[in-house]
Amino acid sequence: MATAPVVLRAQGRVAVRQAVSNASRYVFLGASLLGVGVLLILAYVTIEKGAGRLSWDFLTNYPSRFPEQAGLRSSILGTVWVMALTIVMALPIAVGTAIWIEEFAPRNKLLAFVKLNLSNLAGVPSIIYGVLGLAVFGRYFGLGPSIMTGALTLSLMIMPMTVIASQEAIRQVPPSIRDGALALGATKWQTVWYHVLPGAAPGIITGIILAVSRAAGETAALIMIGAFTFIAFDNTWPDQDFTTVPIQIYNWTIRPQEAFRENAAAAIIVLMVAVFSLNLLAAIIREKFRRS
Amino acid sequence: MTELSERLRLSEELLQEMPAAPISAQEPVRDAVIDPPENAVFSLSELSLWYGNKQALGDVGFKIPVKRVTALIGPSGCGKSTLIRCLNRMNDLIAGVRTIGVVSYHGQDIYAPDIDPVEVRRRIGMVFQKPNPFPKSIYENVAFGAKVNGYKGNMSQLVEQSLRQAALWTEVKDELKKSGLALSGGQQQRLCIARALAVQPDVILMDEPCSALDPIATLKIEDLIRELVKDYTIIIVTHNMQQAARVSDYTAFMLSDAQGVGHLVEYGPANDIFTNPKDKRTEDYITGRFG
Repeated sequence: MATAPVVLRAQGRVAVRQAVSNASRYVFLGASLLGVGVLLILAYVTIEKGAGRLSWDFLTNYPSRFPEQAGLRSSILGTVWVMALTIVMALPIAVGTAIWIEEFAPRNKLLAFVKLNLSNLAGVPSIIYGVLGLAVFGRYFGLGPSIMTGALTLSLMIMPMTVIASQEAIRQVPPSIRDGALALGATKWQTVWYHVLPGAAPGIITGIILAVSRAAGETAALIMIGAFTFIAFDNTWPDQDFTTVPIQIYNWTIRPQEAFRENAAAAIIVLMVAVFSLNLLAAIIREKFRRS
Repeated sequence: MTELSERLRLSEELLQEMPAAPISAQEPVRDAVIDPPENAVFSLSELSLWYGNKQALGDVGFKIPVKRVTALIGPSGCGKSTLIRCLNRMNDLIAGVRTIGVVSYHGQDIYAPDIDPVEVRRRIGMVFQKPNPFPKSIYENVAFGAKVNGYKGNMSQLVEQSLRQAALWTEVKDELKKSGLALSGGQQQRLCIARALAVQPDVILMDEPCSALDPIATLKIEDLIRELVKDYTIIIVTHNMQQAARVSDYTAFMLSDAQGVGHLVEYGPANDIFTNPKDKRTEDYITGRFG
């Protein structure tokens, strides 16, 4: 019996399916380009407005009621101080919590309760943390609108996401490594210290860097605790009043003079460079550990 | 008439002599577990294990001889891995596991409440099915167990000695800083054996150590086992019957019943098991009728 000749070019229904698949590719490409495009447009507008104001003086001047003389000196120092203290306080507690949850905790109701609340806390709006920080650290503990209050508040705020990121990092250490260590007569702590933590380190570091870059841009919570203020000195100790770069940006944006908006745009460029650098650092660390 | 009653009387006598019920295929043959004459390193007695509500091991009892190779064989899911993991309390790491019965190691029940599982695992080492070297250098891999157990002597010497015992020294002696993961599968498994040896254990448990390896690497490991048994007691789980026949001195055959509970069916010298098994199920498994 003669068979029909084999045709391998798409036709009929197959052609329609292929067309849909090819079209979908462009739809997704478009979605990606949309996101990137918006970012590029925002960056362009900001740079156009603010690049002219960028200078060494701009970075080293204190704020002033004269826009040409105003600078980011005190807000940069305040941001650095608060970020440093936040990392120092949040990292050990967050990693410790993650280790307890993943390695040591018995699988009981308490653990389920902690895990549920962790996810909930990660979704709480940051201004609530600000109110909490003001009431507890600022007023009740009497720390006032100081760097310490800001750091404590932000530590609480980034804690849930850092714990969750650390948990993920710990979980992706293969169980075979743990079995191998325990079978050699290592205690659970020795296994965690020598094998789990080094294996989870890249994920944990990435997590903390991302959490810190989130905190670096935090405005609402810190305004609540009293950082929306005029600082014309260098911060040298955690009990001092402070302000941060995002708050300074907000401060300048709501002023009537147009020149202050230029300052704000310049400050946004500085903040964006900092945040991008942190994210780039996180990506480099991830890649470096993936290679080894 | 008398002839008929005579026949009836005879058949009555015959009936009396016959066994009351036929021997069920599921009932164990009682003398199928022969304990070895040598000193026992492990003495298991009425060992049963549950994963939560599901029983995995039922009433296992036998003695494992010192400085011999004992193999556990049986079809998949019969409980051999579960059993071997009982011997160094690795099952404790699984949530919801309950063990009853006695696992006596040199006279001490390792499941007694005052016994520390870490101490148990120091003396009873384990090599796993899939080689799992740490993502560190070869030197650090071998040294780790000794380090965490507080070894105070010359570490380089211990590392060399362990690698020699594992028949890996000549291949890696110039590259001790190389990552353990950069070795071939067979080399990785020998590295895992070396690091278990560095802890200077008494017993080495091997859970299907060759099933992830190619045939040449497998033979190397089997040769290694025959060498190591001069100094260590070795217990090996294998689903490869020919391997068990080649390598072991004593062999235990396990089967799981209809409820999925693993039982010990037969145990004795490897020669006997493979040439003259007592239980029909052993014979069926060995001749390949199932499993």
